[in-house]
Amino acid sequence: MQVSMTVNGAPVTEEIEGRMLLVHFLRDQLRLTGTHWGCDTSNCGTCVVWMDGEPVKSCTVLAAMAGGREVRTVEGLEQDGVLDPVQQGFMECHGLQCGFCTPGMIMTARALLDRNPDPSDGEIREAISGQICRCTGYTTIVRSVKWAAAYEAAQVTS
Amino acid sequence: MTAVEDRPAGFVDNDQKPVGYGRMLRKEDPRFIRGMGRYVDDINLPGMLHLAILRSPVAHARIISIDTRAAEAHPKVKAVVTGAILAEKGLAWMPTLSNDVQAVLATDKVRFQGQEVAFVVAEDRYAARDALELIEVEYDILDPVMDVRKALEPGAPLIRDDLEGKKDNHCFDWETGDAAATEAVFAKADVVVSEDIVYPRVHPAPMETCGCVADFERVEGKLTLWTTSQAPHAHRTVYALVSGLPEHKIRVIAPDIGGGFGNKVPIYPGYVCAIVASLVIGKPVKWTEDRSENLVSTGFARDYIMRGEIAATKDGKILAIRTNVLADHGAFNGTAAPIKYPAGFFGVFTGSYDLEAAYCKMTAVYTNKAPGGVAYACSFRITEAVYLVERIVDCLAYQLDMDPAELRLKNFIQPDQFPYTSKTGWVYDSGDYEPAMRLAMDMIGYDELRKEQAEKRAKGELMGIGISFFTEAVGAGPRKDMDILGLGMADGSELRIHPTGKAVLRVSCMSQGQGHETTYAQIVAEEIGIPPADIQVVNGDTDNTPFGLGTYGSRSTPVSGAAAALVARKVRDKAQIIASGMLEVSVADLEWDKGSFHVKGDPSKSVTIQAIAMRAHGAGDLPEGIEGGLEAQICYNPSNLTYPFGAYICVVDVDPGTAQVKVRRFVAVDDCGTRINPMIIEGQVHGGLTDGVGMALMEMISFDEDGNCLSGSLMDYLIPTALEVPEWETGYTVTPSPHHPIGAKGVGESATVGSPPCVVNAVMDALKPFKVRHADMPLTPSRVWEAMQGRTRPPI
Ligand code: FES
Ligand code: FES
Repeated sequence: MQVSMTVNGAPVTEEIEGRMLLVHFLRDQLRLTGTHWGCDTSNCGTCVVWMDGEPVKSCTVLAAMAGGREVRTVEGLEQDGVLDPVQQGFMECHGLQCGFCTPGMIMTARALLDRNPDPSDGEIREAISGQICRCTGYTTIVRSVKWAAAYEAAQVTS
Repeated sequence: MTAVEDRPAGFVDNDQKPVGYGRMLRKEDPRFIRGMGRYVDDINLPGMLHLAILRSPVAHARIISIDTRAAEAHPKVKAVVTGAILAEKGLAWMPTLSNDVQAVLATDKVRFQGQEVAFVVAEDRYAARDALELIEVEYDILDPVMDVRKALEPGAPLIRDDLEGKKDNHCFDWETGDAAATEAVFAKADVVVSEDIVYPRVHPAPMETCGCVADFERVEGKLTLWTTSQAPHAHRTVYALVSGLPEHKIRVIAPDIGGGFGNKVPIYPGYVCAIVASLVIGKPVKWTEDRSENLVSTGFARDYIMRGEIAATKDGKILAIRTNVLADHGAFNGTAAPIKYPAGFFGVFTGSYDLEAAYCKMTAVYTNKAPGGVAYACSFRITEAVYLVERIVDCLAYQLDMDPAELRLKNFIQPDQFPYTSKTGWVYDSGDYEPAMRLAMDMIGYDELRKEQAEKRAKGELMGIGISFFTEAVGAGPRKDMDILGLGMADGSELRIHPTGKAVLRVSCMSQGQGHETTYAQIVAEEIGIPPADIQVVNGDTDNTPFGLGTYGSRSTPVSGAAAALVARKVRDKAQIIASGMLEVSVADLEWDKGSFHVKGDPSKSVTIQAIAMRAHGAGDLPEGIEGGLEAQICYNPSNLTYPFGAYICVVDVDPGTAQVKVRRFVAVDDCGTRINPMIIEGQVHGGLTDGVGMALMEMISFDEDGNCLSGSLMDYLIPTALEVPEWETGYTVTPSPHHPIGAKGVGESATVGSPPCVVNAVMDALKPFKVRHADMPLTPSRVWEAMQGRTRPPI
């Protein structure tokens, strides 16, 4: 079957099998390998992307279901060579080690800050609780998101 | 030493970094935060095929027949291979890292659920999976050996009938220490406490599962393997031995690795299958396991049933520790430990205490479970050793009704006793334990917490304070004592300074997220004065790095880190000779000033390392006997292990109604000697603490009695999320290693080793009103509830 969607702002139309998962579509067909997969049961969240601005686990969405939607992946965060403050925050606060969970964490964190620019530690932990990081122990991820929130707040005031 | 612990918040500017040690943002992060890391499954080669593995649904069975015809008829399938086909080529079995053998594909029997039985190579991953469904296997089901305690009973089903003359499920016996001396001390002791302590089977479960892309190029006859390997050089040698391909025609590349934790040390059948498929079909072949395959078939960890005994005087002087261990090694002995250490470094079970005697006897057996044994940041079984000693010391404190902090402080090895030879023969290089313990107690506010606890107990609330104090032994070799399959545990390093003063360092270890590209650049920067931003670190490619045994057992900094420092010094020595020619003074008249040499007493006469590099490659004269170029290579053979240590204290609250344990606070004070990048060290510690909470409260690979693995997905094998762990609090002391060139010790596994007993001790402390002295991990609400009812039972 044929599917059309927007991925990181660009329209794509591809021939796919009806059962193809969005995560495989992005990775294997579009070669956007920044989105990862790490489980078979929707538990790990390494596959999180946005569909129409909402974070979804792309292993749990058929590519066909994304037809007509707007998909954004970690590759689409950097704008005109400027990193998203969340990406910057992860570097500043050591919010990643092996980097495998990182794209999913960053996508969720960005979506959180869009809704809630000044989240508490608890709200950040809640937001990423559907995702697993085996390396960092989460404290530095929380710090990274707070760094981004503080940076954005400073941008607004200045 | 430059120590810039904190830098102002703001955007990264990697050129402004301090030279040398201190907090520095990671050089690898810009690619990861953009989704531009390159992991094995990200690799797509033209014409690449996909491999999927058919696994045994049962734990123990004889294979009667395998019918692959329907699978072969699938239009997208290129090949279907069974054990019988591999056996014809002599490839059905491979050596394990413990000198046992393991089936690549089962030929005669399957010996654990999830064992590899056949593989399919197809045009895409979906088709490969579809074809697996078309393979018919007829099994003659045998009784499995699932209860490790019954594995050696007469009449137990024989698992390893592939081994000639094998009549039972015995794997090995091992002992250490002095049995008679220990018995004598126990006989005269005022107090003896013994406890059965189980460290259940757990799994490292890195977020990236294992996989590879094998690409055999026919014309050159060269195999390139991109693979999830923590030890690419050792893997290359094993592949050469197994496949018969000459070693120089094999290139193993470990690209970015999505976490390893020991899971990516062994060689798995899937890698060999992909290699065979590419050799036969002549196309690149990708194999990536799914999460269930990872959990049920790859390197597990622990699985020790321990009887711990401790002898002491009535006022709390610990005299001796004795232990008897039953070790479950699964169906094949796949332990990746130095060959002379079948129980890894479990011999350090005497911990941080000065004893009169110690003894351990271990029996290891085969069962119908997946192979493995050394993984999950275990530091070669030190995790089990530290859990044993820190649990049994707490049991003693319980028995003596003594504060567990006080008991530990009373028994520490004292600073003037280092180097300290333990009763099991380990030579602890350096340590100063009391300051670390006191710092942890101060940070957490130990005395106030005890007061709070007393008040809460009076109200029927369950609050526990747990302590653990660990000493690790990390950084294997030396090579004369330690080897894996005959390969000595040493590590190489090569440093080249380019004409313009930029450098490339090549190391034999392999990062799985530890930040080697940053840390090693800092080590070299500290030694040679070139900014870290100007130093590229290459690891994970056997064609482009010197030989060495890789990254596991916290050995990167102790071994490869030392190699990086020493190779930089070797280059600096040569630079000094060149500088003496440039400044027209003798070598002895030069002083090093981190980045330049100047004439003693006249700092205005100096040359920078960059200028020396240009001279080394230029047309001008060089001093007599000096070759052009500025590079060196070394192989570092450590003279001893390094012995990092730490004091951990945590606070838990147990809900009296639901028996749910909540870790409220956790303070970790680590001493890993010289600190290269404090930010990275802290990250390593945080990760390990999270593992520890996972193991203590949630994680366990369990089986039913028919041999079914009950933990084959992340729905069943629970890993902590951000909601189960507290905000970590860390502190440090610095006791350099005397024999390490920069005084550093390993730290990657410290917290995984030290935190499980800390959490369990805290829960036991909370349950003191119920007179519970010990309950085994994982302390799930149901197991804690049972303990509160006086019904503790081992998890296996
Ligand atoms: S791959 Fe694990 S949740 Fe999507
Ligand atoms: S950084 Fe490795 S899983 Fe999160």
